[in-house]
Amino acid sequence: MLEIKCPYCGKRSQNEFSYGGDASVKRPQLEKEISDKEWDGFVYFRSNPRGKHSELWHHVAGCRQWFQVSRNTLTHEIFKTAKINEKL
Amino acid sequence: MQRYSIFSLIKNAFSNHQNWEVAWKDSEPKKKYDVVIVGGGGHGLATAYYLAKEHKITNVAILEKGWIGGGNVGRNTTILRSNYMWDPNGLFYEYGMKLWENLSQELNYNVMYSPRGIINLAHSDAQLNVYSRRGNSMRLNGIDAVMLGRDELKKMIPFADFSPSARFPIFGGLMQPRGGTARHDAVAWGYARQADSMGVDIIQHCEVTGFDVQNGKIQGVQTSRGNIKTKKVGLCVAGSTSLLAEKLNMKLPIESHVLQACVSEPVKPFLDHVVTFGAGHFYCSQSDKGEMVMGGDLDGYNSYAQRGNLPALQHVLSEGVAMFPNLSRLKMLRTWGGIMDMSMDGSPIIDKTHIDGVYLNCGWCYGGFKATPVSGWTFAYTIAQDQAHELNSKYKLNRFNTGHLIDEKGVGTKTWIG
Repeated sequence: MLEIKCPYCGKRSQNEFSYGGDASVKRPQLEKEISDKEWDGFVYFRSNPRGKHSELWHHVAGCRQWFQVSRNTLTHEIFKTAKINEKL
Repeated sequence: MQRYSIFSLIKNAFSNHQNWEVAWKDSEPKKKYDVVIVGGGGHGLATAYYLAKEHKITNVAILEKGWIGGGNVGRNTTILRSNYMWDPNGLFYEYGMKLWENLSQELNYNVMYSPRGIINLAHSDAQLNVYSRRGNSMRLNGIDAVMLGRDELKKMIPFADFSPSARFPIFGGLMQPRGGTARHDAVAWGYARQADSMGVDIIQHCEVTGFDVQNGKIQGVQTSRGNIKTKKVGLCVAGSTSLLAEKLNMKLPIESHVLQACVSEPVKPFLDHVVTFGAGHFYCSQSDKGEMVMGGDLDGYNSYAQRGNLPALQHVLSEGVAMFPNLSRLKMLRTWGGIMDMSMDGSPIIDKTHIDGVYLNCGWCYGGFKATPVSGWTFAYTIAQDQAHELNSKYKLNRFNTGHLIDEKGVGTKTWIG
């Protein structure tokens, strides 16, 4: 069982959260010319590291806020959590 | 190689079974090979076998960082099927089913192929419509598919919840009668034994640490047991694909996720088929030992841990109890996890790469075991001929750039949901 510290509510069990994937994926900036390759990279391609991974979680059965988590994909250890507008 | 038969069994009984030949050698790495296969799981072993058998390429090494058959080929729920709707998947897996049917004879190794039938339960009229569409697509591709009504199912799986108070009433189901199970370890060992007998070197405890690429061509691999020269490398490393791809400066449309499975204590026979729950993600069958073999959803977050957490298991088993209420009385014997290479459209990749001589076999998601023979067969063809076979011609890496996705489930890029 993961224990995740929601930046708004504090430590809660994994059951209250849902996962939102890799937080390092950045949507291409719309005002610039965007190549197909940039779009493909954004939509499909992931670094998928073994070790430290920054990711999005949703406190769906709680405050319903999205936030960032820095977590180890090999040991499941959670290093840090932060609000969306904060630096992780 | 000593052939297994009733006669060899009797002969060896006289010496208390002490003098059987080893099934395969634990080889030392040589300096140079024609083909190096990274990953000694089902797919890697099958690839080496078909390279030797179909393409007469026998100077092949299989490099395995652990021991052969210790990864996903030993961690799955042993289900075989080809009940897919889209042509590329249906035709590919159906070719695989044909290989399964003769595999024990071909390998002279009993893989215990059991065509007991796989039943997908439907719990609404809409779901029945979707299943009949899929069943029709399958039959158009020459795959066996039968629609079953509630009354037929009552006779076939009497312990499912047919009561008026069932949370998810059973409306009917789609069955592939030739689907079933096989003994997963035997598949790995059978391929290993035959590949070894044809001259393939199975090198265990040998981890690939890097690649020697010059001018866009592969020259060799660096391993924990020294450098090996080769002109062709095939990657069959399932959940670890992204890690090796990174050493080749490649980023892939893959995420690694942990999938758990479990078996109950053994009980007397009560389930003759493989049955999947239609209102969630749960499937089960009964092993020859009597254990209920069960699995379902991923844990739901990126993981390389090969072990999961309790909430996912609890979720999956609660679906199981909704389907077969008497499962709630069983004790759990074992649970375990394996790392799935979840591709972004749910379909595999068997293709060349931008590096000359590097071939990719990955993206198997939940379903790698059933593909073991056909994956090895097509991957061996792709490596030997330096081009895809028609069967795997749609499993291209660049389909994520060209838009030719094979999204069987249509769940999008949230791999942990699919």
